[in-house]
Amino acid sequence: MSQETKKQSEHLLQVENLRKYYPVRGGFFRRKIGDVKAVDRISLELKRGETFGLVGESGCGKSTAGRTITRLFKPTDGKIIFEGRDITNLSGSQLRNIRKDIQMVFQDPYASLNPKMMVGSIVSEPLLNYGLGSEKKLKNEVMELLTKVGLPEDAYYKYPHEFSGGQRQRIGIARALALKPKLIVADEPVSALDVSVQSQVLNLLKSLQKEFDLTLLFIAHDLSVVKHMSDRIGVMYLGNLVEVAAADEIYRNPKHPYTQALISAIPQPDPRNKSERIILTGDVPSPQNPPTGCPFHPRCPEAMPECSEKRPHLKEVKEEHRVSCLLYE
Amino acid sequence: MSNREPLLEIKNLHTGFDIDGKTYHAVKDVSFDVKPKEVVCVVGESGCGKSVMSLSIMDLLPKHNGKIDKGQILYKGKDLVPLNTKEMNKIRGKDISMIFQEPMTALNPVLTIGFQMDEVLVNHTKIPKEEIRKKSVSLLNQVGISRAEQIVHEYPHQLSGGMRQRVMIAMAIACQPQLLIADEPTTALDVTVQAQILELIGKIQDEVGMAVLLITHDLGVVAEMADRVVVMYAGQVVEQSNVDNIFYNPKHPYTKSLLSSIPRMEEEVEVLNTIKGIVPSLKNMPEAGCRFVDRCPEAMPECRKITPRLGETEKDHSVRCILYDASHPDKAEVQS
Repeated sequence: MSQETKKQSEHLLQVENLRKYYPVRGGFFRRKIGDVKAVDRISLELKRGETFGLVGESGCGKSTAGRTITRLFKPTDGKIIFEGRDITNLSGSQLRNIRKDIQMVFQDPYASLNPKMMVGSIVSEPLLNYGLGSEKKLKNEVMELLTKVGLPEDAYYKYPHEFSGGQRQRIGIARALALKPKLIVADEPVSALDVSVQSQVLNLLKSLQKEFDLTLLFIAHDLSVVKHMSDRIGVMYLGNLVEVAAADEIYRNPKHPYTQALISAIPQPDPRNKSERIILTGDVPSPQNPPTGCPFHPRCPEAMPECSEKRPHLKEVKEEHRVSCLLYE
Repeated sequence: MSNREPLLEIKNLHTGFDIDGKTYHAVKDVSFDVKPKEVVCVVGESGCGKSVMSLSIMDLLPKHNGKIDKGQILYKGKDLVPLNTKEMNKIRGKDISMIFQEPMTALNPVLTIGFQMDEVLVNHTKIPKEEIRKKSVSLLNQVGISRAEQIVHEYPHQLSGGMRQRVMIAMAIACQPQLLIADEPTTALDVTVQAQILELIGKIQDEVGMAVLLITHDLGVVAEMADRVVVMYAGQVVEQSNVDNIFYNPKHPYTKSLLSSIPRMEEEVEVLNTIKGIVPSLKNMPEAGCRFVDRCPEAMPECRKITPRLGETEKDHSVRCILYDASHPDKAEVQS
């Protein structure tokens, strides 16, 4: 039993065989005619205080995974365990209670803030929602939060349109922090920003994480950004987690052919060091009709005949390094 | 080989927009050359005027309020600025062609790929009617589309982003242009597809022997593709040189800051360098002095008074910053 509790305290969040399918409707009476398998059995765990990076190309299911984990979406199957408590099927007030501990930062700082609300109201809204005081009483607390994320105190009285993209993202971060959550899911928080502003927001997230002792699930498509932010990285492809390892290990020693191709495809800002690229052929297949066997086999440069039949599973090839590929089974 | 004669020369280009009766310059005094078969990358953050610059070359500015106020755009020595639409149409698509960031909006959704491909050839070449479709198919093959015979009967929405960008490239190279302007051609694509498209542009450039003016915000893409680099900030060229100088010997504080603010795979840094503030908007551009001054880590009091010029500090390396004598209007007597 003591072993059990120890394990629980090490992991803030455990996800087991999580699936999220979206129904495809069509034909007569808009019957269900298929599924988009956006997330197809992923398992991962987040240790307390760490940053776990989820990386993959568009359509690989990383955002769906993030939103299902925060329970914005109802999972199709699998288990989500937060602080030892199964939150997979919670609803109503129980779910509301959990939401206090899990907050989210969204990609688009233009769409995720209500343009008709004052910044002060946007940031204090989560606190009001949970009855933690009146807007008047909370004002000082909110102003302090705003300064923490690098905004002037008078931002309280302004509206979102008066701010630039980077500053709006700071407002979004302040809102997520308001309830002092344990876990923040950041879904592409910097992809809409220019590089000079991107680095400001990344630095801010890193320092706040230390200050508030946060666990971060950082979702992005840019592997160099994810590597900079994360302790561990999970690489997703077509709804599957194909490789999980420490950030540095993923970069130095990628095992899965997809991870290898992904790393080699990133143009490096170093003109004298043009490494040999692995150019993948074709596009990501549709998650509505994924290939049989390994989802990556039609594009894989190392595909073997059995790859189209047998589906690989995430296996430990080294301590703390798991790969889902038949080459390593 | 007359390799030294520039193919495209942009001289003191000023492009402005009329807003509320006042003209604001999105491109102010931009000059640079593109030599034949050269890849020139224009790099800068959003709002620095790089797209307006490329639209100026093609005469595609919004007609109601955008116009070129001053300057010349010389293509093979001929000024494109005074040309009317009819004259431009002969050059556009034939000598200079362009691909855009968003391949979905650049293609017409209600016409088949084949129709749109054929249109370019009908307008600009003398290929007989019955052979046009064959040529379209072979162009699609050239850009790596394997099912070209079927694709010509399909519509843009049936293709993926990468495929659409390939179609755009096929259309752009249909008349073997001398210059291809690519405005953020891979920004909307995933990295693995981006790698395919960049490789394709490089390969086609070799085959056709064209020059490429590549506009991007991604320094990784610049390092991969460029022979020469033009760094733009707030509508001006702040530094230009060959690719090695820009990456290993940057001079302008903006270029330096930009290079150090990107996270790099091979390095482990705890805190990234940042550039404080944001690019000033068109209406808030400082009148005198350096436009980067509010964000510059090396700013001095005189930066607000003295307007720097783009001066050559060493051979083939120009900078717009008064830290360097060549840029200082009072100190650079040698030049002028």
